[in-house]
Amino acid sequence: MGFRLRATVFVMMAMLVLAGPARAHEFTGFIQAEGRLFTQSAIHEEQKDLSGSLALQPEYYHEFEDGSSFTLVPFYRIDTSDPERTHFDLREFTYLGLREDFELRLGVRKVFWGTAEVYHLVDVLNQTDLVENVDTEDKLGQPMVNLSLPGEWGTLDVFVLPYFRERTFPGKAGRLRGAAVVDTGRTQFESGAKEWHTDWALRYFKVLGEVDLGFAHFVGTGREPTLLDGKDGNGNPIKIPLYEQIHQTSLDLSYVAGGWLWKAEALYRAGQGDRDYFAWTGGFEYTFYGIADTALDLGILLEGMYDERGSLATTAFQSDIVAGLRLAVNDPQSTEVLVGWLQDTENASRGFFLEASRRLGNRWKLAVEIRADFGQPASDFLFDQRADDFMQIELNYYF
Amino acid sequence: MKYWIAGCLLGMTLLPGVAGAETPEEKGLAIALEDDRRDNGFGDYQAEMVMTLKNRQGETSQRFLRTRNKEVEGDGDKSIVIFDRPRDVKGTALLNYSHKDGNDDQWLFLPALKRVKRISSDNKSGAFMGSEFAYEDITSQEVEKYTYKWLREEPLEGEPCFVFERVPVYSNSGYSRQVVWLDQKEYRIFRIDFYDRKGDLLKTLTHRGHRKYLDRFWYPHEMFMVNHQTGKSTLLEWSDYQFGNGFQEEDFDQNSLKRAR
Repeated sequence: MGFRLRATVFVMMAMLVLAGPARAHEFTGFIQAEGRLFTQSAIHEEQKDLSGSLALQPEYYHEFEDGSSFTLVPFYRIDTSDPERTHFDLREFTYLGLREDFELRLGVRKVFWGTAEVYHLVDVLNQTDLVENVDTEDKLGQPMVNLSLPGEWGTLDVFVLPYFRERTFPGKAGRLRGAAVVDTGRTQFESGAKEWHTDWALRYFKVLGEVDLGFAHFVGTGREPTLLDGKDGNGNPIKIPLYEQIHQTSLDLSYVAGGWLWKAEALYRAGQGDRDYFAWTGGFEYTFYGIADTALDLGILLEGMYDERGSLATTAFQSDIVAGLRLAVNDPQSTEVLVGWLQDTENASRGFFLEASRRLGNRWKLAVEIRADFGQPASDFLFDQRADDFMQIELNYYF
Repeated sequence: MKYWIAGCLLGMTLLPGVAGAETPEEKGLAIALEDDRRDNGFGDYQAEMVMTLKNRQGETSQRFLRTRNKEVEGDGDKSIVIFDRPRDVKGTALLNYSHKDGNDDQWLFLPALKRVKRISSDNKSGAFMGSEFAYEDITSQEVEKYTYKWLREEPLEGEPCFVFERVPVYSNSGYSRQVVWLDQKEYRIFRIDFYDRKGDLLKTLTHRGHRKYLDRFWYPHEMFMVNHQTGKSTLLEWSDYQFGNGFQEEDFDQNSLKRAR
């Protein structure tokens, strides 16, 4: 990183000083204690059935007179069983410049694209922080320059991404991994510039009444690695991540009609593997409000996933259907439960997940997560994780 | 923003005492139009809110919110509500485009995922943040959302009031009707009784501490909602009203929702 990072830091600090003081120096964040219990005995060497960890994510925010702002969010987790899960990341380190005709965001950030609930197909700017959770919703901070141009015609975002972040993978002692451990020390890049290849992206967004439309194009180092077979020094099989140069065009849509929310995401990608491919995910969520004269809301969701590459896909969702129920209790503690059932349409593999949370008092929040997989044939993407059903309990303190 | 001219004309014909041979429905509508006319032209405002929820046992919990609001010519207002506390929802923000006809457009920003999510606004009778305020109680009140019927004149808090009934015409309301007490001099809402779908009295909303802004707009600083059926209540306190912020359309788009904090 060296010089460029230091230059960026310097520019940001200069902006901070020059822009002068204004509204707030806000300091917030959370501390989290997490326990995971794996209900089946480990099938891979060195894995453990119980793990505990602590995470800290403080946040500093300062807003200037004109609405411009600076945000700093570091993250650190310490894990008792997997050293790879003990990690630091700079989630955000951003200057947001607000001007009459545009917004400029400079620094390390997270950007989300997409509309689907379960599989975030078109969300490709940030790398997945996979050691955090297999649901791929945790992301590593991505250095970028982002120019956002709003207008009557919609919003156009231009992204220049000067540095690439490698995906995190569980280590030998970690659960939720393949039989062969991913050796991130031997990562390969298609580009000679390796992680310094400059990637770019464009995104157009427009609201048309009940429809939200997003259209994006990405060129650069694909965030999703192809895992190659290799051998370590002792001749044991390992996986070597290969990051290829890709071109990708994607579309994401949502349509709201009464209690119905329809969602669709699709992409066409070239450069990963031998041939171009098409993939989509989408479906609906319908909510029954105030069921049985209570404050309870119950949502039913159904989504499908398809990847043209079939069994050669680099994700677990090559041809699947997920059905779920979302319960919002609407109590002062904001109690929520989401359960889902995932079914592969081409083989017998199935999955179950539950995510529930409830606030305790004003500053605490308890979250429970259960994930289980059944019936994977040896050919399935998640076959090596067949014994990794787990229950996770998370207690967060917000300050 | 609203039917300004119609409001004016109708308003003139029905200044208190002038109203003659009109039906209770016409009189009720005329009062609503005059009220709407008086509320028009504020431009924009921002304010802070504290919500205190109290259950039957008297236990309380609080929410801290901020709101930005912009008047839209010919349609309902645009607004953003930003959540400050409880801390676990800090940074969550709700963008609402209110419409005279049909459902409002709503988006929710989820800060942990950095995700702007289109949400259904069909949930009008749902509790806002677990409080006794339903979504339909806090979104922009448009004349077109109800039919009206004048009931009587009656003093409240020592002020002569119009008492009229309004029935929601939009779908999925939790109410069969509302009875409104509006003071005749300044057109300030003093009280609303809400009747549930079965016709039973459900809630009473009381507005207190009205203050005048920009020399003509009266805004209450306390809204107290009590639920007669559950014994729960919510006190919504407003402070730091600021007008003339010069908000633009871009301050109420999906991009601005991401940085509204």
